[in-house]
Amino acid sequence: MDTTEYLGVFIDESNEHLEVLYNQLLALEKNPNEKKIIEEIFRAAHTLKGMSATMGFSDLANLTHKLENVFDAIKYEKVTVNVEMMDILFAAVDHLNEMVEDISSGGDGTRDVSQAVEQLQAIESGNSVSAVQMKEADSTTQQQEATQLQHVQGLDEFELTILSESSDRGYSNYEINVTLREDCLLKGARVFMVFEVLEKLGEIVKSEPSVNELEEEQFDTSFTVIFISEHSKEKISTNIEKVSEIEQVEVHTFSASTYKADQQSNDKARDEQQTQETKSNKDKKQQNSAKTSANKTIRVNIDRLDVLMNLFEELVVDRGRLEQISLDLNHGDLQETVEHMSRVSSDLQSIILTMRMVPIEQVFNRFPRMIRQLARDLNKNVEIEIIGAETELDRTVIDEIGDPLVHLIRNAIDHGIESPDERLKKGKSEHGTIKLEAYHSGNHVFIEIEDDGAGINKEKVLKKAIANGVVNDSQSELLSDQQIFELIMASGFSTADTVSDISGRGVGLDVVKNTIESLGGRISIDAKKDQGSIFSIQLPLTLSIISVLLIELQNEKYAIPLSSIIETAIIHRDDIMHAHNTKVIDFRGKVVPLAFLNDIFTVPADDNVIDNEYISVVIVKKGNKMTGLVVDAFIGQQEVVLKSLGSYLSNTFAISGATILGDGEVALIVDSNALVI
Amino acid sequence: MENETLMNRKVIVFQLEDEEFAVSVQQVGSIEKMIPITRVPQTADFVKGVINLRGVVTPVIDLRLRFGMKETAFSDSTRIIIVFVDDMEVGLVVDAANDVIDIPENEIEPAPEVIGTVDADYIEGVAKLDDRLLILLNLQKVLTEDEIHELKSVEG
Repeated sequence: MDTTEYLGVFIDESNEHLEVLYNQLLALEKNPNEKKIIEEIFRAAHTLKGMSATMGFSDLANLTHKLENVFDAIKYEKVTVNVEMMDILFAAVDHLNEMVEDISSGGDGTRDVSQAVEQLQAIESGNSVSAVQMKEADSTTQQQEATQLQHVQGLDEFELTILSESSDRGYSNYEINVTLREDCLLKGARVFMVFEVLEKLGEIVKSEPSVNELEEEQFDTSFTVIFISEHSKEKISTNIEKVSEIEQVEVHTFSASTYKADQQSNDKARDEQQTQETKSNKDKKQQNSAKTSANKTIRVNIDRLDVLMNLFEELVVDRGRLEQISLDLNHGDLQETVEHMSRVSSDLQSIILTMRMVPIEQVFNRFPRMIRQLARDLNKNVEIEIIGAETELDRTVIDEIGDPLVHLIRNAIDHGIESPDERLKKGKSEHGTIKLEAYHSGNHVFIEIEDDGAGINKEKVLKKAIANGVVNDSQSELLSDQQIFELIMASGFSTADTVSDISGRGVGLDVVKNTIESLGGRISIDAKKDQGSIFSIQLPLTLSIISVLLIELQNEKYAIPLSSIIETAIIHRDDIMHAHNTKVIDFRGKVVPLAFLNDIFTVPADDNVIDNEYISVVIVKKGNKMTGLVVDAFIGQQEVVLKSLGSYLSNTFAISGATILGDGEVALIVDSNALVI
Repeated sequence: MENETLMNRKVIVFQLEDEEFAVSVQQVGSIEKMIPITRVPQTADFVKGVINLRGVVTPVIDLRLRFGMKETAFSDSTRIIIVFVDDMEVGLVVDAANDVIDIPENEIEPAPEVIGTVDADYIEGVAKLDDRLLILLNLQKVLTEDEIHELKSVEG
């Protein structure tokens, strides 16, 4: 039995529920009285609680339980939603998120949540939040350890409440002890089968040893579960006995109230919790039925898609050969079949490519929360508007684009949007707006980040650029507005007067620009004073297919990505000049150093090739710098599929990957960034 | 005795010059005939380049050069043995792929102390079968990255 698979499902589902929690909390902030939102949060929290309790992550279950209680209080109007409270709720969900992340990276999901729990409890009982914050400093990790010990030894508070509340509703609590046969080979599998039987009959509250240990077969022959069901003792035991290799099943009814009486009670809010639990279990039933219809997708490992793509490319190569053969043979039927195959395979290609596409929603979803937090930190009023979240992009681009966007949005809030007072003075509404828009156009996806803030101060940018030596005085006069704005993305530039935590940490917009360019994209800026600014990012639909210029060095073929090429030129040898032992050319008024690819790539010299009077040069850029790559011949432009050289050759100088050409041969892709001096 | 003979190791035997080498079948993906190799610049001498292995770009090294033997022209019997080591997939150019045989574990002896001029830490052991002497390779060591970096820095 595969534990990781089990855990994987738990993590995936937890993440989904966390997403729901975040989104609905944001919605709740806008409509504090909307019952539907509260119920949605309640459900997500409840399911998360149930799942984590079954998996044995007690801290996670504990915190979700408290969260659930708070929402119950909100639901029954014992508590009203306010801003301070939202912060605590967000913080609690952040805790949950980190615990789930810890679990997914192999941890056990324990975390000091006592502070968050205390705050939540305070909200629930209607205390003012600030009173608890005073106590924050006192709460230590020791407290945390104490609660953990309780779980190990017996039932924790929240398990108890479930039990006592279920008996109120006429369900019975059972303690079931199952003993497996001595000679049982697959103990884990048997446990799994028993659990499956039980889950059909009722709800498992706790198991001893924990589910994880049971799955790893870290137990002797018997295990105990605490179980809630409406069925009779006999029915449960006969059902379990149907699982083979079971020695003995003991089912005892179990009273939570007696157990509880033994334990010292220190929670005042218990009665309240009991009533909440009743509600939550009703909700759970509805939710379970709703959930089955929602998932019509399957998760596929991206590696498998890559393999599929590889095989498909082989097919394309073979198709090319077949086309050639059928043309040579001039056979009617054959030609028809080959033509049909070509059409089918191009349809196939587009399907394979779209399978790797993911909606940009995945990235956009985290921004509303981030913007909210930032705006509060900076005492600004900012709203976000998202358009086109369903726009699809290649998975690899999605993974890379998150950080640059975060950076740009931080910038927009920090430097763009003014403080409310300032905005009122300028005659604008108190609320600043950040608009995030994504859309397709041709072979590209555009992402625009627009704010209605102060815009970019041209004079300030120019002054700073000159002071930092990014441009000189004479150059600056020739620059267009757009070019001036783009200076803020030059390396060594940061306009913030004061270095804040949010932006101006030294890594500036130049990093954003480099990341986007390394993805084969472009970024441009437009701004109007006091009306706002737009950062527009253009990205290729997919990273796996890029446009390249194929060139030849002797008999070897290389590909240079079009995204880094400014233009190609043919230059007379006499035009080569020397500066500091470097060969340079004068290219449109700029001195551009030359890099001879034949030498850099140590291409074996071929004596038959006569030195030409003219040389072919590909001008490439990296940021503002340019270099001329000297090649033997241009072949032409082509769309190719980018492939890696394999991990054995991962660090090869100036080669970023390879591609397979139509004739099946491998051509290397030149990493021109490494060649720009 | 009987138990010991049951412990066999299945290996692929290939030839370099007049020596026979063996690698475990578990590490071998396939054996290919020579296909065009694209040279990759700025790599160690023994890295011949990359090939198109059914759509996967796969690096290829010449074992002769890796082991300090003389380079020869490829012939009809030259083969590329595709091996998997850790997460790497690499092709090894050999003179010929001879055999798949079982070597009893107890026939495998540690590498002799004096094996010649080559630094021989990539030899896991030798096995004597009838009149054949097989050299068992430790592919991890053959493909150690440190070694490559070292060579790179010497070149660069």
